Amino acid sequence: MNPEKAPIIQMKNIEKHFGSVIALAGVSLEVFPGECHCLLGDNGAGKSTLIKTMSGVHQPTHGEIYFEGKPMSFGDPRDAISAGIATVHQHLAMIPLMSVSRNFFMGNEPVKKVGPMKFFDHERANQVTMDEMRKMGINLRGPDQAVGTLSGGERQTVAIARAVHFGAKVLILDEPTSALGVRQTANVLATIDKVRKQGIAVVFITHNVRHALAVGDRFTMLNRGQTLGTAQRGQITPEELQDLMAGGQELVALEGSLGGTV
Amino acid sequence: MSNAPTETAVDERIKTRSRFREAMIRPELGGIVGTVAVFTFFLLFAFDSGMFNSQGVMNWTTVSAQFMIIAVGACLLMIAGEFDLSVGSMIGFAGMLIAIFSVTLSWPVWLAILTTFALCIAIGALNGYIVIRTGLPSFIVTLAFLFILRGFAIFLPQVIERKTIIGGIKDVAEGDWLAPIFGGKIFTGLFQWMGDTGIIAVFERGSRKGQPVVDGIPMLVVWAIILVIFGHILLTKTKFGNWIFAAGGDAEAARNSGVPVNKVKVLMFMFTAFCATVFAVCQVMEFGSAGADRGVLKEFEAIIAVVIGGALLTGGYGSVLGAALGALIFGVVQQGLFFAGVESSLFRVFLGVILLGAVILNTYIRRIITGER
Repeated sequence: MNPEKAPIIQMKNIEKHFGSVIALAGVSLEVFPGECHCLLGDNGAGKSTLIKTMSGVHQPTHGEIYFEGKPMSFGDPRDAISAGIATVHQHLAMIPLMSVSRNFFMGNEPVKKVGPMKFFDHERANQVTMDEMRKMGINLRGPDQAVGTLSGGERQTVAIARAVHFGAKVLILDEPTSALGVRQTANVLATIDKVRKQGIAVVFITHNVRHALAVGDRFTMLNRGQTLGTAQRGQITPEELQDLMAGGQELVALEGSLGGTV
Repeated sequence: MSNAPTETAVDERIKTRSRFREAMIRPELGGIVGTVAVFTFFLLFAFDSGMFNSQGVMNWTTVSAQFMIIAVGACLLMIAGEFDLSVGSMIGFAGMLIAIFSVTLSWPVWLAILTTFALCIAIGALNGYIVIRTGLPSFIVTLAFLFILRGFAIFLPQVIERKTIIGGIKDVAEGDWLAPIFGGKIFTGLFQWMGDTGIIAVFERGSRKGQPVVDGIPMLVVWAIILVIFGHILLTKTKFGNWIFAAGGDAEAARNSGVPVNKVKVLMFMFTAFCATVFAVCQVMEFGSAGADRGVLKEFEAIIAVVIGGALLTGGYGSVLGAALGALIFGVVQQGLFFAGVESSLFRVFLGVILLGAVILNTYIRRIITGER
């Protein structure tokens, strides 16, 4: 993480109200290229609202978003995607019945022209898919293998690889590890690390402190629609993070009774 | 990332699949097995019945082609995740429109045909629009149109002509440039030659003495072949085909990836309506009349052919070639039972049994594909 670099996304005093509910009450956040920025917070802290604002699903009620230094207002998620902000959802990213290759190029199909007709270039799609999967360490039986046969972690990895391949500059990962086993989680975290090293900004949403500490460069804690601050890696201990996330003191007592295992 | 590992250890828990199992995982499997079984059966038990002479072959080919035309539309729509139960009623309705326009209103036949196409495709679009706007299951929306269109197909001729069958279309279609594209025959010269050389049977006596019994390939069959090839290429070889699979597989995931799901679905409803209208026009041109009861139950027959062909009722998976084989099985069995002298009501029993078998097989195949247990 190089602090001299310009942030790719800058969110200033973002407020988002849903009717009488204030989901975000003035959140400021900066994301730099090549960093893994962890967004931590308990359920209801406003993580989802914040990333949905970032990816164009919601428009902020107040506040400004700068993307690559320019003020940005995304009308809908497609604007954000074409600008280079890709979101990988925990679910709803892959279609199990379709092959990995068809999934990989879904919505971005390569075409080859035969006379006046345009056909899906399966050969190229298969080649690219196999290459990208190999880079990510997933060994496919073939590009026509159905996504349904992949594990949850592998699916996340395919989705991440897809976003990166299609030129994402900012990758928003919405709780990619929450439903995964230990080994699969390790794979996804390794993938995040690879992506970050390519200079892509990763916004990693999680409520697991250990997953965050494993790959995070900076950590922003959200609580009740507000930021409790952003910490650099090494400046904060897992215990402090945990406490901040849970909103303070109650957990200390709870943790005592659980023997420090949470 | 330049030093990416070129080899990754093969996961020891994944059993290598045998070629047989690999071959099993195709949507067309049921269709292929069924086709072979059906032909074997009738070759063994009905070979001498006339089913496999030129006339017999043309007979079941024509019936199969009818099923194919509507099955292609139903197949693509089902893969896109929707149903159209109004296909049968639309066949009756479209035929009636042509008869009213051309006979009652004395429009030129080509104008009647083109107007009917425009109206029916618009109704297909309306079906699709209602489904995507309301989020209601297409089952219910198109069930409503099943009754609406059938009602009009009976109401219009009764009000206008005081009968439920309008004839005389052959006379008004005489010399029309568009009508032969649906009602004509091709390769008539070839069939005459085959008759002359004794390859196929010719009439022994009567006014057509010396002419072959089968004098050409009906345009209905040509339409079926064109639609099957078009549907197959569209589905497997184009970008749009990928969108059809995606829209039916998981509409939300497809939308997240930028697939215009609503557009795909509406277009597939329109295509289904187009197929139904092709069927209707061919039939009207062949019979020379339009009947209010034409096409009854066709929507279900189309869906059964599609399911036999390996498509999942839940969408996202299937094959046009499979659906075409399903239609072929349908036609061969329906006509074959007739040739074999079996009571025709048994055809329905057969339908039910094969439908159940196909659905169970498809479910099994889906489990293999997705690795569910």
